[in-house]
Amino acid sequence: MTATSTIPADAGPKRADALPVNWPRRLGYVALALYTVYAMSTLDITWARVLRGIPQGAHFLGRMWPPNTQPMQMDLMRQGIVESIEIAVLATFFGVLLSLPLGLLAARNLMPAWASWTARGLIALLRSFNPIIVAILFVKAIGFGALAGILALIVGSMGFVSKLFAEAIEEMNLKQVEAVRATGASFAGVLIMAVLPQVLARFAGFTAYQLDSNLRNSTMVGIVGGGGIGAALFTAYQRFDYDFVFTILIAIIAIIMVSEIVSNQIRKLFQ
Amino acid sequence: MSVEVAPREWQRFTPLERLGRYAVYLITVAAVVWATRSVEIIPEFLYDAPAQTADLFRRMWPFDWAFYPKEVHAALIETIHIATLGTLLAIALAAPIALLAARNITQSKPLNLFATFLLVSSRSVNSLIWALLFVAIFGPGALAGVLAIGFRSIGFVGKLLAEALEETPKGPIEALRATGAPPLSILSKGYWPSVEPSFWSVALFRWDINIRESAVLGLVGGGGIGVALDSAMSNLYWDQVGLILAVIFAVVIATEIITTAIRARII
Repeated sequence: MTATSTIPADAGPKRADALPVNWPRRLGYVALALYTVYAMSTLDITWARVLRGIPQGAHFLGRMWPPNTQPMQMDLMRQGIVESIEIAVLATFFGVLLSLPLGLLAARNLMPAWASWTARGLIALLRSFNPIIVAILFVKAIGFGALAGILALIVGSMGFVSKLFAEAIEEMNLKQVEAVRATGASFAGVLIMAVLPQVLARFAGFTAYQLDSNLRNSTMVGIVGGGGIGAALFTAYQRFDYDFVFTILIAIIAIIMVSEIVSNQIRKLFQ
Repeated sequence: MSVEVAPREWQRFTPLERLGRYAVYLITVAAVVWATRSVEIIPEFLYDAPAQTADLFRRMWPFDWAFYPKEVHAALIETIHIATLGTLLAIALAAPIALLAARNITQSKPLNLFATFLLVSSRSVNSLIWALLFVAIFGPGALAGVLAIGFRSIGFVGKLLAEALEETPKGPIEALRATGAPPLSILSKGYWPSVEPSFWSVALFRWDINIRESAVLGLVGGGGIGVALDSAMSNLYWDQVGLILAVIFAVVIATEIITTAIRARII
C-alpha cells in the first residue's frame, strides 16, 4: 500500500504511443489542399463551370447514342484500325530491333563508361518527347501518312525498350559471362551463349508490352496526321459525327483489351 | 558390376511450351511481312524528306526567345498545374475503385470485375481522346485538360494501388479486427501503412508521366503549353515551335530529376 502510493503516476516506463500523430505529414496534406484550391483558381476551374457542362455532357452523350454502324462508316473504321495495327507491328519490330544494340551499349557492366554514357544520353533524349510531338515533327519532315506514325513510335519504343534492355543486362548474372569468356569465346559468342539466354525472357516480355503500348499510341498519332484510326476519329469529331466517334471509341477499347490479353499471354509463354 | 543408366536428355521446356514459342515467332514474322506489304507509304513524299528535315531545323534555329515571356511561360505554368491537379483527381477517383478491385478487401467477384473493367477502360482511351471528349462537354480550356489527365490516370493508379492492397500482410489486419476496430480504422491503420510507400511511388510516377502528356493536350483544346505549340505550328513560326519544344524538353528532364530525388528520399 505505501510502496505504491509513493511512486508518482508518471514514473513507470512510459507506454509508447502506438499510433503517434505525424505533424509534418499533416502539414504536407494541408499544403497540398491549399495548392489544389490555388491551382484551381488560377486555371479558372469553378463549380459553376462544371455544372454548366453537365447539360452539355448529357446532350453530347445523347448525340453519341446509338453508335453509327452504317456500312460506309464501318469500312472507314476497318481501314483505320488495320492501319493502326500495321503501324504498331512495324514500330514495335523496328523499335525493338534498334533497341537491341542501343540497350547493349548502355549496359554499364559490359561496355566502357564512355559508350554507356553516350547511349544513356541518347536514350534519355528519345524518351523525353511525347510520341505525339515526335509525330508532328515527322509529319512535317516526311509528310502525312502511316510512315510518320511508324517513325514516331519507333523513336518512342527505342527510348523505352532500350532502357529496360540495359537494366535487364545489368541485372544478369556475370558468372556465366565469365565462364563463356574463359573458353576463349569471341564477343559475339559471349552475347549469344551467355547474355542472351539470361535476358531473352525479359526481352520478350518488354517487346510484348511495347506492342501493346504502341497499339494504344497508334490510335492517336492520326490526330496530328500520322495515319491510323486516330485520323478517322478526329475527322468524325470535327464534323460533330459523335455517333461515329462512339463507334470508333468502342472499337479502340475492344482492340486494346484484346491486345492486353495477347500481350499477357506472350509474356507468360516466355517466362 | 556397373549399373546401366539409361541416357537421359534433359529439356528445359515442355514440347507444348516450345510449340507455343515457335508459334509466336512465326506469327511475328508473318505479321511483320503482312504489315510491310500492306502499309500505305507514299514514296513521293520520301524524295524530299532530307531537304524538308534540313529546312525544318533551319527554320527552328535560332529560337524566338522573345516569345517565352510573352506566352510560353504562362502556358508552361498552366501545364504543370493541369498535370498536378489531374494527378490529384486521378488519385481521388482511383482510391475507391482500387478498394473495390482488391480481392482481399471487396470479397465479391462481380464488384471486383466491375472495378477492373472501369480501370481497363480508363487506360484504353488515350489522354488526347479523353481530352477530345471533355472539350466537347466543357469547352476548350484547362478544365477539360485536368479531367482528361485525371480520367486517363485512374486506370494506372487504380491498378497499381489495387495490387499493392492485395499484397498487404494479413497479420496486422487480423490483429486490428480482433480489437474490434471499425472498417475505417482497419483501412487507415492496417492497410494504409503497408501500401503507403507504393502509393507515393505510383503517384510520383504518374505525375511524371502526366507532365509529359499534358504538354500535348493543347493540340485538341485541353489547355497548357500545347495551345501555344498548336498556334505556333499553324502560323508556321518554326522558331517559336523550336523554343516550345526546348522548354518541354527542359521541363521533362527537370521533372525526372525531381521525381528521382524524391523517390530516393521517401522510399
